[in-house]
Amino acid sequence: MDVASTTVRLILRPLHGIILAFPISLFSAALATDIAYLRTAEIQWTNFSAWLIVGALVFGGLALAWALVALFLGRGQPGEKARLAHLGAVALMWLLGLVNAFKHSQDAWSSVGAFGLTLSILCAVLALAAGVIAYSRPAPGEAR
Amino acid sequence: MTRSTVGVVALTLLLAACGAGDPKLNQTGPEPDLPGIRQTLVPPMRIAKPIGWGDGTPSVPAGFTITAMATDFQIPRQMLVLPNGDILVAEGRGGGAPALRPKDVIAGFIKKQGNTQVDSGNRITLLRDADNDGRPEVRSIFIDNLNAPYGMAYVDGFLYVANQDALLRFSYQPGQTRITAPGEQVTALPSRINHHWTKSLAASADGMTLYVGIGSNSNIGERGLALEEERAVVWAIDRATGARRTVATGIRNPTALAIEPQTSALWAVVNERDEIGPQLVPDYLTSVREGAFYGWPYSYWGDNVDPRVRPQNPELVARAVVPDYALGSHVAALGLTFVTDGGFGGGWSQGAFIGEHGSWNRQDLSGYKVVWVPFANGRPSGAPVDFVAGFLTDDGEARGRPVGVVFDPVRRILLVADDLSNTVWRIAPQRATASQPAVEPDAAPVR
Repeated sequence: MDVASTTVRLILRPLHGIILAFPISLFSAALATDIAYLRTAEIQWTNFSAWLIVGALVFGGLALAWALVALFLGRGQPGEKARLAHLGAVALMWLLGLVNAFKHSQDAWSSVGAFGLTLSILCAVLALAAGVIAYSRPAPGEAR
Repeated sequence: MTRSTVGVVALTLLLAACGAGDPKLNQTGPEPDLPGIRQTLVPPMRIAKPIGWGDGTPSVPAGFTITAMATDFQIPRQMLVLPNGDILVAEGRGGGAPALRPKDVIAGFIKKQGNTQVDSGNRITLLRDADNDGRPEVRSIFIDNLNAPYGMAYVDGFLYVANQDALLRFSYQPGQTRITAPGEQVTALPSRINHHWTKSLAASADGMTLYVGIGSNSNIGERGLALEEERAVVWAIDRATGARRTVATGIRNPTALAIEPQTSALWAVVNERDEIGPQLVPDYLTSVREGAFYGWPYSYWGDNVDPRVRPQNPELVARAVVPDYALGSHVAALGLTFVTDGGFGGGWSQGAFIGEHGSWNRQDLSGYKVVWVPFANGRPSGAPVDFVAGFLTDDGEARGRPVGVVFDPVRRILLVADDLSNTVWRIAPQRATASQPAVEPDAAPVR
């Protein structure tokens, strides 16, 4: 086993998993707090959503940069289609998340509403999809 | 031009197009045109960059002069003329509501760019200009160590000061230039969070009652309606006992109160809600009717429902009253004074001056001037007329921002506090000469 693949196995791949865990959990949590707000009209739930979405965007931005670099460095190697699909999911997640952050900056009911809820569902689903795509195949160098 | 530059330009234009008003709409007077609600993902924010006056002054109509009576205040807001002619200027800034959402952090930073960087004075300054030459002979710190003082009223040997958290009473001897004795609390005022912190104050014509205007704790309840208990109301406080009752509710931010001299009725200027379009909702001037509900937060201008507020309240909306007179959307009316004793004469003998601090929530800036609303028989009787203008440059930069206004019938002057240049402006009629015809409101302002 060479040094590069050891690095990937021991450091980079777990790190990528941890970074990706943030948008997955934060967007999913924001979906839950959106639903809680729409059911109760208790303002604190939409305040939670707003911060969860901002957090998801910060780590989602790192995930997006990671996906771009991975696609660039892995040109011509196996799994390129999967990396492209992963990048697409993360990029769309991040853009819709940005729109959702602005949506959640509106006041009271307008901070969520039907459009905000739709965006939150899409962001959560895209984050999960990005995770599934990234981890549904073995890491480079792992036994197949 | 790269594609991304084109994109940024297109987006900016789109937002700008969304954020400007339609000049064909009439948004002043008793029946303003109200467009449909327009919510945008990014609220249009345009902050007029502060540049100061240099050697310039605001413009006033022909036949009047304007001079800086005093400068270097620490955020002058409201003013009061005492019976002996001494002028009090309340200085300071209150509030400090904590940021609850990412938006509060960002919008707070942007709005700060349009305000003075001077620290809050938390005091009242006295100016004495006994010879009425526009240059005060005496200037002293009248009362220090207050807590964001705003409204002031004088009744029968007592000065009443509305701090952002309490109504205080100071006993006052004519001629005094400094009060060091601590104020006595008449009643505590709602102060939790204090999103809209200004507490406006006026005494009834008979001096028995003190009216306090208390602004809402949010734009439209986005901090939760639990925080809005006894907010967006006008209180009547019995001067003798301190007992209070709520006169009017749903009156979003009553930033100045005054007694109309013909009818002795209480009037207010009120700032309405933001973020549903550049031409919603008009700020207004209204008589404060006993028991009236003015709509906030559930509806605006009568029964126009605000869809952002949940749960809705159709019963309250059904009895929401329509205000008397619209001043225009986002003008931020902060000052109100009625002329008494014939005012400036001619077309200026009955009516109110209103200080409009100026907008942030629309691309085409509005307000940034002092307007005159003529009255007849105690009611508004015509369109508003610009009285003090020139606060904005042609490029949309701000030389100053008017706040409180006060008319002094004895000296026949109007004073305007400017909290951006930290100046008190004095407007007086020029001495009448043969070549100077009577001053009329329709005379165009001169620069």
